[in-house]
Order: sequence, then C-alpha cells, then structure tokens
Amino acid sequence: MTVYKPELLVTASNLEELERLMVAGADAFVVGESRFATRLPGHFSLEQIAQAVELAKQSPRQVRIYAAMNNIMDNTLLDAIPDYVQELARIGVSAVVFGDPAVLMAVRQYAPQLQLHWNAEMTSTNYETANFWGRRGATRFVCARELNMEQIVSMKQHTKLEIQVQVHGMTNIYHSKRSLVQSYMDFKEQTIAEGASSPDAGMYLMEAERPDDRFPIYEDTNGTHIMSPDDLCMIENLHELLEAEIDSLKIEGLLKPIEYNETVVRAYRAAIDAYCSDPATYQFRDEWLESIQAEQQQGRELSYGFFFKEQVY
Amino acid sequence: MSNSATEPKHMLKGKRYRLGRPELLAPAGNLEKLKFAVHYGADAVYIGGQKYGLRSNADNFSFEDMREGVEFAAKYGAKVFVATNIYAHNEDIEGLEDYLRSLEEAGIAAIIAADPVIVETALRVAPKLEVHLSTQQSTLNWQAVKFWKDEGLPRVVLAREASLEEIAEIKAHVDIEIEAFIHGAMCSSFSGRCVLSNHFTDRDSNRGGCCQSCRWKYDLFIDAEQFEDGGEQFTMGSKDLCMIEHLPELIEVGIDSFKIEGRMKSIHYVASVVNAYRQAIDAYFEDPESYVLKPEWLEEIQKAANRPLNTGFFFQTPGSGEHIYEPEDKAAPYDFAGVVLDYEESTGIATVQQRNHFKPGQQVEFVGPGGTFFKQTVGEITDADGNTLDAARHPLQPIRMEVEQPVKPMDMMRKRIGKGQ
Repeated sequence: MTVYKPELLVTASNLEELERLMVAGADAFVVGESRFATRLPGHFSLEQIAQAVELAKQSPRQVRIYAAMNNIMDNTLLDAIPDYVQELARIGVSAVVFGDPAVLMAVRQYAPQLQLHWNAEMTSTNYETANFWGRRGATRFVCARELNMEQIVSMKQHTKLEIQVQVHGMTNIYHSKRSLVQSYMDFKEQTIAEGASSPDAGMYLMEAERPDDRFPIYEDTNGTHIMSPDDLCMIENLHELLEAEIDSLKIEGLLKPIEYNETVVRAYRAAIDAYCSDPATYQFRDEWLESIQAEQQQGRELSYGFFFKEQVY
Repeated sequence: MSNSATEPKHMLKGKRYRLGRPELLAPAGNLEKLKFAVHYGADAVYIGGQKYGLRSNADNFSFEDMREGVEFAAKYGAKVFVATNIYAHNEDIEGLEDYLRSLEEAGIAAIIAADPVIVETALRVAPKLEVHLSTQQSTLNWQAVKFWKDEGLPRVVLAREASLEEIAEIKAHVDIEIEAFIHGAMCSSFSGRCVLSNHFTDRDSNRGGCCQSCRWKYDLFIDAEQFEDGGEQFTMGSKDLCMIEHLPELIEVGIDSFKIEGRMKSIHYVASVVNAYRQAIDAYFEDPESYVLKPEWLEEIQKAANRPLNTGFFFQTPGSGEHIYEPEDKAAPYDFAGVVLDYEESTGIATVQQRNHFKPGQQVEFVGPGGTFFKQTVGEITDADGNTLDAARHPLQPIRMEVEQPVKPMDMMRKRIGKGQ
C-alpha cells in the first residue's frame, strides 16, 4: 500500500516567486510560455522553465515542474508543438497540462516520457470523461471548479487517474477570443492608458444587480478573461479532500502579490503536514485561516466556491 | 454538378470549389417548429430531448414527438439530429445508455455531443447514431479535428471563432464533414467557456441553465474609478451571426453543413431564415457563375431578426461594431400573424390560424417556401361558422378571409407593426 502524500501545487509569476513558494512549502509548480498557455501569472521562457527545473531538483522536497499548454490551439500553433514538447522533456519537466487533443497527440508521439494532465477547466466535469482521457494517455484529471465536494469525492472513487482540485484563489469564469475592453473603448471613442487592461492593472467589472462583487477583467493575446469576484479558500475543510485522498491540491496565484501567495502556501503546507503526520488526531487551526485573512485583499471575500452548492439547470 | 472548369478570382490558397451541396441544418424547439423548418427547406433539423441538451428551458421533444418528427422529415428526405451537448456531471451518467438507445430506436440520424462520455457511450451502445462533435468543444485546429475523426466521428462542428481561412486549412488537412454556424445568436465567449450563470444564479450553463448573463448590464472600473462616472451601463452580448451575403465563400471553402442557431426561436423566425438560405443555396447551385444575392432574401431575414447582425469571426475577430452595448430597438417591423391551414380555390377564401392579433384593414403579407410572396390588406374576416369578426383575438383560432393570390397550408401571414398598422 502506498502512503497517501498529497501534492501542493502552485503557480508562479517568475523565478523569484517560484523560489520563495518552494521555501514556503510547494511540492509542484505549473508554469508556461504565453504562446501555448493561458491565464498564467507570468511568462516562463523555455530557458526559465529549465532554470525552474534546476531549482526544483536542488530542493529537499523533490519539487516537480509542470508545463502549461492549456490554450485553445489554432492551426498556426500546431507546427511549433512537437519541438516544444521535446524540449520540455529534455529539460526535465514532469508533465504537460493540456486541454486540446492536438497537444495530447503531440506529446504521445514526440515526448512520451511526459505525463499528461487533462485540464479543460469548466468542462472537466465527470469521471467517465476522466477515464476517456486516461485511456488516451492522460495521467491526471483536473476537476472543474464548478463541481461540489460530493462530486469530487465520487470522481476520485471512479477513476484511477490522479485527481487535481483547486483549493485556493480566483477562478476564471468567462473566456472570450474577443478583445472586449478594447472594443468597448472603441465604441465609446475613448482611449485608455497602455497596459490598463493588462492582467495586473486592477480593472474590474460590476454587474448591475451585484454591486458588492468585483469581477477582475483583463485582456491578453488569448482574448478577454473575466475572473471570480471571490477567492476560493478550502483550508477549513481541507480534511474532507484529504480524507478522499485527492492527489493534488492547487493554489492559484494569479493576480496576487508574492507575499500573499507565500502566506497561503505556508498555511496549506502546515495543514497538509499536520494531517499527514496523523490523520486521526488532525484538527483545523484557526491561525491558518487568520494568516490568510490578514493578507486578503479588501473587497474580495474568501469563499467555498461551489464545494457546498447544489446547482440547477 | 461540376464547377471545376473555371476558378473563381477570389479563391484563396487551400480553398477548393466544392462539388456537393451543403446541408442546411435548422433548429427546432418543438414538433411544430420541426415541421416548419423542414417544410421551408431544411435538409436536417436538430432538436433537444428531455435530457442532456443545453436548452433546458425549451419545450424539447418526447420520444414520441421524435418519432413523429423523424417520420415527417423523412417525407421530405430530411434528417433529425438531437443535441446531447451538455457537459455531464457524475450523476448525469446513469441513464445515458438507455437514452441514447432510445434516440437510435426513434430513428434519429445523429447526436451532437461535446462531452467525451456521451461521445464514447453513443459509439458503443448506439452504433446507428452518428456522433457529431459539438461546438462546445471549441475545436479550432485540424489536429484536434483529426483526433475526433480517428475516434470515429464523421463530423465536427467547429468553434464559432474559426475564420474562413482556418476552415479552409482544416478541410485541406482532414477529410471530415465540417459543420459551421452561419446564422443566429452567438456567445460572446468561447461557447462552453463561460460560467457567469453559475456564479450569478447557481444555474449551470454547461448543462442547459445559461441565463444569458453576458446580456445583463455591467459597469467597468479602471484604477478603481468607474469608467463612466454615473454613466450608462453596458451589455457584453454579441450581435447575431448572419452570413446570407457571403454564401459563395462558405460554399467554396467546403463547409458541409450550414447551421442556423435558435432552438428557442419562433416558428416564424425559423421558417423565414430557412426560407432565405434555402433559396440562396439553390440559386447558387443552379448557376454558380451568375449567382447574385437577391435583396429579398436579406429582407426576409431582417423581418425575422431580433438583434442586429454581423459576420462573426469568418473574416476577422469581432470588434466594437460587432457587439451590443446598449438596448436596441426591435429590428423587425413585422410580426407573425397567422398560419394558413387551408385554401379554397373556387372562392379564394383561406383559413388562417391566428398566431397574433390582426384585424380588417391591416397590411399583411403572405410568405411560403421558395419565395412565394404577396401583400394585401385584410378584408372581412369570419370565424369557422361564418360569423363576422372585428378582430382575430384568440390564439390558434381558425379565421376565414379572402386572399388575393392562392396560398397553401403552412404559408405564413405577417403583419406590419408600428406605423401603418
């Protein structure tokens, strides 16, 4: 019997953040190049990914580096994929995160040593679909953030694939190929300062009936992204995911300062270590949550996301 | 029909002149809409069943309705597809096999599916059902298309974000049927990549609960300042797609199925839009060299349109001109008023089933498949027993009236609204 050892997975905006979050307790990182990946907190060139792998190797924790290739790929990107995945394999990346079958086929053909993590975000919603991608080479299934706890537990019970669940941070709730902010400015015959719609510029939307919610919005080469108005925070209920033996717990660091992400990683690290040292006597400690609350951006609530919700349709 | 002798001047690299006629695929929210869509010229219709479809608010079909629909369509040589395009949750899996087998037994030709669990289950348990990959999979490149072909799918519905050039490249690389939306509403996001409804109302957009949150009202804040202080709120919706003016390009790039969106739309909408595209496609194939767009086809569409129109991503990424930011006046100055049930040649009297209020003295027009069309003023109207009426007030009431030209069952009567009523 293997001992259950959950992975604490985080993002990093640059090598400095990666080093700091490694020290804070991360087990794995997902980084990537903006050509192939979307909604990452920062761009990592192949060279920087190689440096990240080197840093990971030196860490006492056996940290792993995953490369995000989660774009909705168009024809123009296809030619570059084989070389890129071969390079990723050569420099020692452990896995590729993908949402497009073109990436899966390329990895299987050109870099079969790489593991494959299926992540189509909001459309990854059931265990049979996990098994479908598993039979075609995926080793991990990243659950949609719109699933609830019961569905996630059931997911784990019905598949042999590793299951990854986001436990903290914001989530993407709308992705358009269009440049919506720019279009609106054109419509209003206004110009905005260069960079005003870039990821970290702090632009947000408010829906007319929900004046308390601020929805971050930004544009990049992949279009327009709208993000959740609150930050998922599952630290109080982490034991439920740990009892279900979820393989990977992800902290999304997008649009957050390094200090915030450090605090969050430390808190989850402490909780996971406490649980793993003795699940029977594990108890949630208020100070973990309080440390996060102390750094939480004003106007953004911590929430349970969809973990304890029933949705209708 | 072969058109290979002359090459059109606007032919792009990778384009080819197609030999086959594309399928015209229309939506049908219920059995009556199915009949009208087929009667007005759809080669195939797609409908929703009681489960697994993305329009949980539409009427949707029982298996009995489906059988009747399939039978009706078969008389015209048309096929019926069922949209099973949700992203299933664990609890949706139970019952899926039986459901797909029932579709097969009802004579459904194909399902339109996005979720691999539905794709794979259909291939396994209902081999007579074709599986078409839904636009909800956001397929935009030829290798992904090839992946699905190798999985056993004869057709892929591309993401609405695909341009004509991208479609040409996909067709050049993979021998598979490509279906593309050519008309109707579009998500302003990648379809399937939006959970605004889930966040606002706990309604799951990818299981049919979308409440069109992109068309709600928003404010934008830059540097924590309202972009327009106390200003107008705006919507994030897209204008509707309309490609009637560009049919030759769509045909020549090799799109196999032209899809019209709108399972929630009215009979009048579906019949009018199908009617226009049917005539345009037929005119093109009659003589591609001398094909010209007839203004009345565009007028037909505009009479049914309820939003401003645009060409989506076919030629370029939509910009400010392709979005709806403010409330718009209803574009169509016409309203559906009735359906012809019967016509007596000897007396020139038609029986028209009331679908909207109308009365003597009003300007109306009659429209039928293939562009038959005339205008007249409503004269005396009576009920079925011959009692004179001052107005047709009751929904579905059969009304007898004199018509100036022969009409046929299932012809539609429209009235002008607003000025001139």
